[in-house]
Amino acid sequence: MADFVIIGAGQCGARAAMALREQGFDGRITLVGEEPHLPYERPPLSKQHMLDSEGASPPFIAEATVFAERGITVITDDAAAQIDQKAQTVRLASGRTLAYDRLLLATGAAPRRLPAAEGLEHVFYLRTHDDAARLSARLSAGSHLAIIGAGFIGLELAASARNRGLEVTVIEALPRILMRAVPEAIAGKVQALHEGNGISILRGSGIERLTGGGNGVSLTLADGRVLNADMLVVGIGAQPRTELAAQAGLVIENGIAVDQTLQTSDPAIFAAGDCCSFPYDGRRIRLEAWRNAQDQGAHAAASMLGDTKPYEAVPWFWSDQFDWTLQIAGLADGSATVVRRDLGEDAFILFHLAENGRLISASGWGPGNRIAKDIRLAEMLIARHAAPDVTELASPTVNLKSLLPRG
Amino acid sequence: MSNWIKACEIDDVENEDVIRFDHAGRTFAVYRSPDDEFFATEGMCTHEKVHLADGLVMDHIIECPKHNGRFDYRTGAARGAPVCVNLRTYPVKVEDGAVYLGLE
Repeated sequence: MADFVIIGAGQCGARAAMALREQGFDGRITLVGEEPHLPYERPPLSKQHMLDSEGASPPFIAEATVFAERGITVITDDAAAQIDQKAQTVRLASGRTLAYDRLLLATGAAPRRLPAAEGLEHVFYLRTHDDAARLSARLSAGSHLAIIGAGFIGLELAASARNRGLEVTVIEALPRILMRAVPEAIAGKVQALHEGNGISILRGSGIERLTGGGNGVSLTLADGRVLNADMLVVGIGAQPRTELAAQAGLVIENGIAVDQTLQTSDPAIFAAGDCCSFPYDGRRIRLEAWRNAQDQGAHAAASMLGDTKPYEAVPWFWSDQFDWTLQIAGLADGSATVVRRDLGEDAFILFHLAENGRLISASGWGPGNRIAKDIRLAEMLIARHAAPDVTELASPTVNLKSLLPRG
Repeated sequence: MSNWIKACEIDDVENEDVIRFDHAGRTFAVYRSPDDEFFATEGMCTHEKVHLADGLVMDHIIECPKHNGRFDYRTGAARGAPVCVNLRTYPVKVEDGAVYLGLE
């Protein structure tokens, strides 16, 4: 009987395990996760989950019975320690050894650490349910939370903490928030929303020094200002977990390098989700996103079963900030033209087109899910390499669906 | 025995689209298919509580606006991750240019 082993029991690993069964695999599936919990979804951790009282269960992807019914063995609280490629085995931290015919690395990413914060008390990172529970227990109304890094996690957490009645200060080293992934016009709206809700955002602010004491953390900024906070969250990005793959000699290139089928440099080993870098539109990228983890998990499952079709999904991200949502399809780098479509209620979409007229990205901002339908249609246009008319894109009365080639 | 409640006029829903209908503290989604048939389901996605009426209708599929969970709105059948719980559907009739939902 064939043995398929999946290392990493997050969104990607769990989806891959389920997808193997959905695609008819009848061998053994073993899913190994280092956390004590069954697979759960991470996106709510900084959002709704952070609003609820501590002690809530993780937002599970499926109950234990679902994995059992599908014959998926889930090993929790254990990590892969070493891959033996010749013997096709993985040794776990517990000492147990698993044989594999196909191996999937879905090891995810880990928060980037801030050296200046090492060894200090009252400093938090947010990646896991247990991280969220520890932090949530400290979010008492009236206390002061400082957050270093104005990315998706930092800002979502800022909104959640503000909703729980904390004073919140976000410190960003770059000249604007959400610099890495979000167009400036939308970042400006996000910043205004946060400030309108009483969150203080300091941009272009480097950290000179951090000191800790019994009661909290003291931050000295590059301009000499001093902030005192009861606790500090560091949200300065994530790094792919590549140690295991590197040790096995697999090719690493800003993540575990995979080809279009998500196969690594060893044909028996695949990688998917936050930990891998893959070819997209003429370059190599790595994404840290729920949808990518889920789609690549399912795709890797097909590849492990011998399918050779390329992974071509358009990158897609979302973030919730208070009652507003931001969604992005595609990647905007290399865009030549920006077209704005206003949808009312202060909701709008920015379309990015390449020099040859191809739509390459769409970013939307609006209340609730106001922009979701248009972003989804934009994603389909991007996937089909469409070069839509810019006047039609800009006109909210033109249904984007009408721009799709049908048939 | 169904209790027929008027949800909307036919022209309130575009072809191959969906609108939200709230009634008696509950929320529903009313669909018009590409061949101009009407259907109704419960209004919230079974994955996370999100209004399906903000989602995209393509042929006979409604996609959740949040995470692209897919359902066949004629039967309520879940059509792929992340959704695995089917949507409840409701009988629909069209009379005198209006759409009625059969609620018990």
